[in-house]
Amino acid sequence: MDRVVELHSELLTALWETLYLVAGGLTLGGLLGLVIGTTLYVTRAGGIAPNRVVNVLLNVVVNTFRPIPFILLAVGLQPIARAVVGTGIGNTMAIIAVVFGAAFGIGRIVEQNLVSVPPGVLEAARAMGASRTRVVFTVLLPEAFGPLILGYAFAFVAVVDMTAVVGTVGGGGLGNFALTYGYRQFDPWVTWTAIAVVIVLVQLGQFAANAAARKVLRR
Amino acid sequence: MALIEIRDVTKTYPSARKGAEPVHAVRDVDLSVEAGEIVGIVGYSGAGKSTLVRLVNALEPATSGSIRVDGTEIVGLSERRLQQVRRGIGMIFQQFNLFTSRTVYGNVEYPLVVAGVPRQERHERIVELLTFVGLADKAHTHVEQLSGVQKQRVGIARALATRPAILLADEATSALDPETTVEVLNLLRRVNADLGVTILVITHEMDVVRSIADRVVVMEAGRVVEEGDAFGVFSRPQHPATQRFVRTLVEDVPDERTVEAIRRRHDGRLVTVSFRDESVSQSAVFAELVRRDVEFELVHGGVEQVRGRAFGHLTLELRGDPARVDEAVGAVSALVETREVA
Repeated sequence: MDRVVELHSELLTALWETLYLVAGGLTLGGLLGLVIGTTLYVTRAGGIAPNRVVNVLLNVVVNTFRPIPFILLAVGLQPIARAVVGTGIGNTMAIIAVVFGAAFGIGRIVEQNLVSVPPGVLEAARAMGASRTRVVFTVLLPEAFGPLILGYAFAFVAVVDMTAVVGTVGGGGLGNFALTYGYRQFDPWVTWTAIAVVIVLVQLGQFAANAAARKVLRR
Repeated sequence: MALIEIRDVTKTYPSARKGAEPVHAVRDVDLSVEAGEIVGIVGYSGAGKSTLVRLVNALEPATSGSIRVDGTEIVGLSERRLQQVRRGIGMIFQQFNLFTSRTVYGNVEYPLVVAGVPRQERHERIVELLTFVGLADKAHTHVEQLSGVQKQRVGIARALATRPAILLADEATSALDPETTVEVLNLLRRVNADLGVTILVITHEMDVVRSIADRVVVMEAGRVVEEGDAFGVFSRPQHPATQRFVRTLVEDVPDERTVEAIRRRHDGRLVTVSFRDESVSQSAVFAELVRRDVEFELVHGGVEQVRGRAFGHLTLELRGDPARVDEAVGAVSALVETREVA
């Protein structure tokens, strides 16, 4: 326990790094996932802009990357990141890995939530003369907003999970903190403290998302 | 020139699986709708009626043929131009299809925003529409808090927002109970009479057609199998599909089971007399029977009103001296269509 008190500034830094990785990963991965999921939904057969080629290709891409265990994806992406952004380690690499890992999963979550919007509602908007693009932004996404919030909360937990692994590629955060000071120095209290902080973080996130979804779905 | 001119229109969906037959949802349909009419399109599910109206606002493109809406040929028109055309055609749905993410006000506002109407003008129009459908006090209610009939009222207000000349009603009352169905039909009648909107009503409920349509179009397997003014179609249905539909409302000859039940209590001669023409009154028929001392009793049937004209089928039990009954049946047949009931 004394060790935990000693490490309090390292713990705080690790917490900030985790928040940074989560925020970055969730924002960029979330946006990318929104684009992927929406594209999957609108291009499907019977969708509002059916396009077999795009739909099949995108499905193949998603199905290729999504099942890769995250720790392997993170190291596997290192050479590519080095070629594109000049570095394959540190928090930059960590963000890239998290964004990549999150985008495809979030894409599927978004697609699933959009499916729950009754197609007749989209048809009604089209019947009023709204363009397909307008229908996506002013009807499809707003109608799915409540479930999307819950979907992103689910993704948030997954992203927190991912940020614990990026120590492998030199990323910081609570995961790295726990492995460095807890696991390698045989001090379970340090590990448990990191776990406790993660639990609080996840609880807060989920709680906020539930409240927001309730507000949106309040009918 | 009719407001809607459908000529030789076909809609074929490619087969879902390789080797399967393509689906002919609409085949060789010709149909004209005059401005100000209420046309009822009747058919069982899968008859192609929903597809047909979706061809009119081009939610589905026709495979071949010509569709003119207010003089504009819409088959083959660009998506951009179609969006313009659609703003002149309102549509309401069985499941209402309201935007649950918006209030009543927001739902009615949506088509106005799409049409680029300025905010102040939108506000005035929305207030006017909500007053018209009787929901002025519900403007800021979320649509999920409304009853079914209120939702359809919002649907109607939303569909009329851009002052369309045409309203397409796709099974608009099928999710409502009989009482609220009447409410919605009354509202549609006002939309037609007060605002001059031409209405295409798709339904499988004959009662809806009877109470609202000026003209009836019957569809089966993608084709129009019968078409005519409402009274004519109801009183003299020609096609078997039409006859089945009309029977849901008024039975002409009682069916076997009913005859059996009647026979248990009535052993006289049964004949069904059909009134389809107001020039022959029921009293003239009854007078013929009375004149020949034939006792009669009404055992089955009914009279219906369509567009203010009555038609009906009455099954009578006739008793008395067989020769006089024969004579009476002969005299009645000269007046109205008379059928023996086995």
